[in-house]
Amino acid sequence: MAMIEIERLVKRFGAFTAVDGVGFSVERGTVLGFLGPNGAGKSTTMKMITGFLPPTSGRIAVSGFDIAEQPLSAKRCIGYLPEGAPAYADMTPRAFLDFIADVRGLTGADRQRKLDEAIARIDLEPVLEQPIDTLSKGFKRRVGLAQAILHDPEVLILDEPTDGLDPNQKHAVRTLIKGMAATKAIIISTHILEEVEAVCTRSLIIARGKVLAEGEPLPDAAGWRFGTLEAAPGRLDAVFRQITTGQGASDQVTELAA
Amino acid sequence: MITGTVAIFRRELAGYFATPVAFVFIIIFLLLNGIFTFYVGGFFERGQADLRPFFVFHPWLYLLLMPAIAMRLWAEERRSGSIELLLTLPVGLFDVVVGKFLAAWCFTAIALALTFPIWLTVSLLGHPDQGVILAGYLGSLLMAGGYLAICACLSAATRNQVIAFVVGVIVCLLFTVSGTPIVLDLISSWAPHALVETIASFSFLTRFESIVQGVIDVRDLIYFASLIAFWLFANAVVVELRKAG
Repeated sequence: MAMIEIERLVKRFGAFTAVDGVGFSVERGTVLGFLGPNGAGKSTTMKMITGFLPPTSGRIAVSGFDIAEQPLSAKRCIGYLPEGAPAYADMTPRAFLDFIADVRGLTGADRQRKLDEAIARIDLEPVLEQPIDTLSKGFKRRVGLAQAILHDPEVLILDEPTDGLDPNQKHAVRTLIKGMAATKAIIISTHILEEVEAVCTRSLIIARGKVLAEGEPLPDAAGWRFGTLEAAPGRLDAVFRQITTGQGASDQVTELAA
Repeated sequence: MITGTVAIFRRELAGYFATPVAFVFIIIFLLLNGIFTFYVGGFFERGQADLRPFFVFHPWLYLLLMPAIAMRLWAEERRSGSIELLLTLPVGLFDVVVGKFLAAWCFTAIALALTFPIWLTVSLLGHPDQGVILAGYLGSLLMAGGYLAICACLSAATRNQVIAFVVGVIVCLLFTVSGTPIVLDLISSWAPHALVETIASFSFLTRFESIVQGVIDVRDLIYFASLIAFWLFANAVVVELRKAG
C-alpha cells in the first residue's frame, strides 16, 4: 500500500485554479521531489495533503487514512514543515518542541527519547534556550525540521526545506533527509534542480497546477529521465525549461525515439 | 481531545507571561480599578461596606482591556504563518479555539483575583455581604468571558492586531450599551417593541448590574454562557473560512 495516495486533486480559489487534477502516490522509501516554478501549485498541494486546506475536489489518503474523513488519524502520521518554517517567535526551541510533544500526546520516557533524538539529529543543542526570533535563518529552519520529525512520522512533507540556507546547511539538511528516506515516505518541494539530483528518488515537474512530467534517475547516476526526455547529470535545468516553457537548449536534452 | 486543548491552553497562557506585557497589563488593570473605585466611585465617601463602586466600572474597563488581551490570539498566528503549523497538528479546530479562549480567560481571572486588596479593605472596615461580593466576582468573570469570546472571534478575521483591537472595542461597545438609553432612545421611536426588547436583552450592562446586586438569575447565566458558546463557534467558522488568505 502506498503511504500517500492522491487522486484527481483540484483546488480553486475563486476563478483561479491553483491545483488542477494532480494525482500520484508515494511508497515508503521514496523521496519525491516537487519541482516547479513559483506559483505552480506545489505549496497548495502540500497544504491539502497535510489537511490545512480542504480540496475543491479529489481524494487524499495518508497511511490509509482519508484526510477529509479521518483528519486526526492522518495528521498523526504526518510531519510537516510549512513554507518559511513558521514557529512561535517568543518561545525558545526547547519550549516550542515541548509544546509540539504535548499536542502530539507524547508522554513519559518515549517523549524524552524522541525529544533528545530530534534535538541531536538536527543539532539544535547550542540554541535550545534562545528565543526563536533571535535565531539565524538556518537555525529557524532547523527548528521547523525538528518539529516535523519529532514524533518519527511515517510521512514527511517538507516545503522548501533548504530555502535560504548556506551551502553547508543545505548539505546537512539533505544528508538528514537521505538518512530518513529508507523508512519513510517523503515529499519535498524545491525550485533548486540540484536538490532533486542530490536527494530525490522520484520527481514531478509541476506547473500551472498540473503534473507535466514524472522523472526518475537513470541507473549508475547517468542522469534523469522525464518521460521521453533524458538529461545528463547536472543538466536537469535544460529538461526543466523544455518541459515548463516548451523551449530549451535541445543539444543538452536527449529525446528518445518513441 | 483534551490533550491538545490543554497543551494549547498552557502555551497561550505562558505566552502572556513570556513578555513584560502581561505585567504591564495587570498593573494597568489594578491601577484603573483603584482609581475608579476610590476616586470616581467614592468608595469611602459612600460609607457603605460593599464593592459596588468597584464592580460598576468593570464593563467599561473590560471594554478596552479585553480586546487588548484577545487581539493577539489569532491575528498573530495568521501574520506569522504559524496557523499553518497549528492546524496541521493532530488536534481539532474547536479544541484549539477553546484552548486559546480559556487561556485568555484564565489570564483575566488572575488579574481579577489580584484585586483582592480591595475586598480585604472592605472586609476589614465593615461587614459586607460576602455572598454579594462573590456574585460580583463571578458576574465580572462571566462578563469578561463574553467580551473575550467576541474579541477572539474578531481576531481570527484579520492578521493585524490593531484592527482586531479597534473592531473588538466597537463590537464590545455595542453589546455593552445595547440596553441603555444611548441605543434604546435611538430605535424605540420607530422599531417594533419586540425588536427593542430583544436588543435591550443583549446588554451586558443591565445583566451585570443585577448580578452585582447579588441577584443571580439563571437567565443571566445562560445568556453569558450561550453568548460565549456562540462566539466560540463563530470563531471556529471564521478560522476555517479565512485560513487560506
